[in-house]
Amino acid sequence: MTSGYEAVIGIETHVELQTNSKMFCGCAVDFGAPPNTVCCPVCLGLPGSLPVPNQEAIESILRIGAALQCRLVDYSEFHRKNYFYPDLPKNYQITQFDLPFCVDGTIEVDVAGETTSIGITRVHMEEDTGKSLHIGEGGGRIHDAKHSLIDFNRAGVPLVEIVTEPDFRSAEQARAYGAELQRIVRMLGVSDARLEEGSMRFDANISVRPVGREAFGTRSEVKNVNSLRSLQRAIAFEVERQIGVLEGGGTVVQETRHWNEATGTTAGMRSKEESEDYRYFQDPDLVPLVVDAEWQGRVRASLPELPAARRRRYLGLGVDAISAGQLVDDEALGAIFEDAVAAGGDARTAANWLTGEVVAYTRRTGIDPADTSLEADHLVALEEMVDAGKLSATAAKDVLAGVLEGEGDPATVAAARDLIQISDTRVIDAEVEAVLGENADAVEKIRAGDGKPIGFLVGQVMRATGGKADPRMVSDLIREKAQAES
Amino acid sequence: MADLADLTIAAAGVGLRAGEFTAVELLEAVTRRASVTEAHLHAFLTLDQDGALASAEAADAALARGEDLGPLQGIPLAVKDNMCTQGIETTCGSQILAGYRPPYDATAVRRLREAGAVIVGKTNLDEYAMGSSTENSAFGPTRNPWDTDRVPGGSSGGSAAAVAVGSALGALGSDTGGSIRQPAALCGIVGMKPTYGLVSRYGLVAFASSLDQIGPFGRTVGDTAVLLDGILGFDPHDATSYRGEMPTVAGSIGVGVAGLRIGVVAELLDKGIAPEVAAATRGMLDQLAAAGAKIVDVSLPAADYGLSAYYLIAPAECSANLARFDGVRYGLRVDGGTTEEMMANSRAAGFGPEVTRRILLGTYALSAGYHDAFYGQAQRVRTLIRRDFGAAYEQVDVLISPTTPTTAFGLGEKTDDPLTMYLSDVCTILSNLSGDPGISLPIGLDSTGLPIGFQVMAPALGEEMLIRVAAEVERLAGFRERPALATSEVAST
Repeated sequence: MTSGYEAVIGIETHVELQTNSKMFCGCAVDFGAPPNTVCCPVCLGLPGSLPVPNQEAIESILRIGAALQCRLVDYSEFHRKNYFYPDLPKNYQITQFDLPFCVDGTIEVDVAGETTSIGITRVHMEEDTGKSLHIGEGGGRIHDAKHSLIDFNRAGVPLVEIVTEPDFRSAEQARAYGAELQRIVRMLGVSDARLEEGSMRFDANISVRPVGREAFGTRSEVKNVNSLRSLQRAIAFEVERQIGVLEGGGTVVQETRHWNEATGTTAGMRSKEESEDYRYFQDPDLVPLVVDAEWQGRVRASLPELPAARRRRYLGLGVDAISAGQLVDDEALGAIFEDAVAAGGDARTAANWLTGEVVAYTRRTGIDPADTSLEADHLVALEEMVDAGKLSATAAKDVLAGVLEGEGDPATVAAARDLIQISDTRVIDAEVEAVLGENADAVEKIRAGDGKPIGFLVGQVMRATGGKADPRMVSDLIREKAQAES
Repeated sequence: MADLADLTIAAAGVGLRAGEFTAVELLEAVTRRASVTEAHLHAFLTLDQDGALASAEAADAALARGEDLGPLQGIPLAVKDNMCTQGIETTCGSQILAGYRPPYDATAVRRLREAGAVIVGKTNLDEYAMGSSTENSAFGPTRNPWDTDRVPGGSSGGSAAAVAVGSALGALGSDTGGSIRQPAALCGIVGMKPTYGLVSRYGLVAFASSLDQIGPFGRTVGDTAVLLDGILGFDPHDATSYRGEMPTVAGSIGVGVAGLRIGVVAELLDKGIAPEVAAATRGMLDQLAAAGAKIVDVSLPAADYGLSAYYLIAPAECSANLARFDGVRYGLRVDGGTTEEMMANSRAAGFGPEVTRRILLGTYALSAGYHDAFYGQAQRVRTLIRRDFGAAYEQVDVLISPTTPTTAFGLGEKTDDPLTMYLSDVCTILSNLSGDPGISLPIGLDSTGLPIGFQVMAPALGEEMLIRVAAEVERLAGFRERPALATSEVAST
């Protein structure tokens, strides 16, 4: 960032819940279905239809709120947000206004080892809209379209909106937040949170101000961000753009801007000169919801271990910070790690193999860790073989590769690949005697106190044993025998 | 034998089971009646002759098999045209829904069908139930059967007129500010608004969701109670539906009023009530006192603000409820250069002036900067009214008032002055704001031969008490008159 300015960023995230049915009717939540096949009088907004709230969705939002350390509000209401748009069947959206389900939470985000606490303003429940498809000249926009088609399958899908305080100061923090939030909702099992498919969507409110100034600058809202990478890029671009505007003597206009992934730029959509009046009022078709202390307690007790807690636990087991992060990020890796540790494996060793060889293998092949032949028991067995001196550290990696390729368990692979280390003293003894016999000069030098030839002699023995002798044993024997031959 | 169209639901049920006539013959009688009266009244927007005949035949077949579904089996009923009927046009009296056929039955309609009732057709109404005279129907007004130069009241004027003349033995209406009770009063029949939440609103095209309630029309208190019993009950499709134990009204007729405390609402008997209406009301109070009730004067101080609060809350809710009629998915579409223009054109062409007026009022009342002064203030008045009612019901068992300030007024008399029209609901809207039940029944005719309605109100879920008192009022009034249109000489011409 150009020095002298500070970015102030807040993020609104929409998460589509994967409930059995939609928010206010019995239709299935099914994104793959042919257009307009999962809808009914309620989600189509037909005359006379009425909404009935989905208990499972409310349970899910409470879990999200609890995971974000929010206060769960004991009395909440649904409101109507009024605006006309063809893919909004009732021309109002059922959402929440001044009494959302969850308020005042926090989440910690890590960027390069630095932790920042981000405030969560609110987490509220609403219904999704249908999807418009504009056909014609307008490049997919409603203006200039010859005609428009609407798919109402998505209309009424439960949508959770998570609003942060303007606590981010960098695009990196925003990205880290997005990633952490994605992990949390996935860990809660309430959404698949796929950015590319739109089941998780970010809007970023961005402004800049001279360092040291208290007041916020004018903000723009950036939409159409559909990956964590583009969230970071879009914010970084927008921050630089606004600084450029200010540096050039201009003023930032409050507006909604559209992120263009291809050009890596944002462009103004429509100016918010007049702020829209949504005429919110409590939806008289729905009754206030009371979430009593007992329900709140049940929700909090039902939470799984969350990413931040899990990372802290892994660090406590001696795993380094980067590996801990990787293990928490990747559910399958994490599961293997947990099982290996539970079976008595060393956490650090298991973590190193998983984030090293296993990740390298899965990246190379594109196979998900869960789909390889690797099992937690294999890691434990491998570790035992190394500890027992049966495998060198290098050979262990080869064995792991064989296990991943599906060649069998570590013992089978090590035998098949002929990687078992020779630790039989008599075998090594004979080889060492032979080498010493052939290299009298070197023995002399060692005896005279010159340690340099030891490495050479070890190399000779290793060559003679096809690399399978335990190098430590060989080295010790050479030293011992050279001294003894006086 | 008397014309079957003049039977009560109760008498028809007896006759059907005694084999005196069939459900098909009963249907033919009301159809014949309608074929004569409709030319004068225009109570119906749609007559479903094929569907009704099929239902009547099914009822006869079931009864022949000994399958008794209860008191509504084989009974010809009418349904206000703002309740969805699967495959049968449901217009809400609006051009914007002309030709619209819903894919489902409203819960109340479904319950009637399940009880074996025969639904003869859909009745006329003020567009989207907004009005007090049925003159706001896009398809022409309904006329009062007692004097066809007068209005039948509204918005459920079609249902009230149809029941008054025997084109149906009972009917469903909806009551948002008096839309069942006021036309019942003006047409000389019984009409009831149940406690909010007692009858599912699912499938009732919403006007003002927090005030709307479906209710029955009948020619007697007993018939009205039977119809109520047929449509009430918890509905999982309506989040505002009442989940608790339902009131039972069967045993409350004929119990009398001895020892009951009956409150007279001072605010609803002084100002603006026609002298003949006030006198008839007082006369009935004397009779009730003579029958053993204790008459108590009660004040509802917030009542004076009721009409104002109502005309902010109802339009505010309707401005959102009617937003869905945009030409995109169903109903009238008038093309435009852009989607927004198409929506605006469709709405401008599809909605009549009263609906447009209320949408604008409501949009304004909810606007930023005005929201609290209008909508917020109205909600606070509503709370005060509820509190007033609560306090009143600590002293009395029921409250009474005239149903309407005047008897039926002339067609066109109030159409140019919406505020005067709104005043005709002054006695009935309070029950909608409080959510409590109310019933109107005829207690006599004024000097011009028009029926006078008498309103009984009870606390929420107090239907049993409401029916008990109304049945005694009915007995004391001994009202037997029928409109000229229903008498056999006219009906057979």
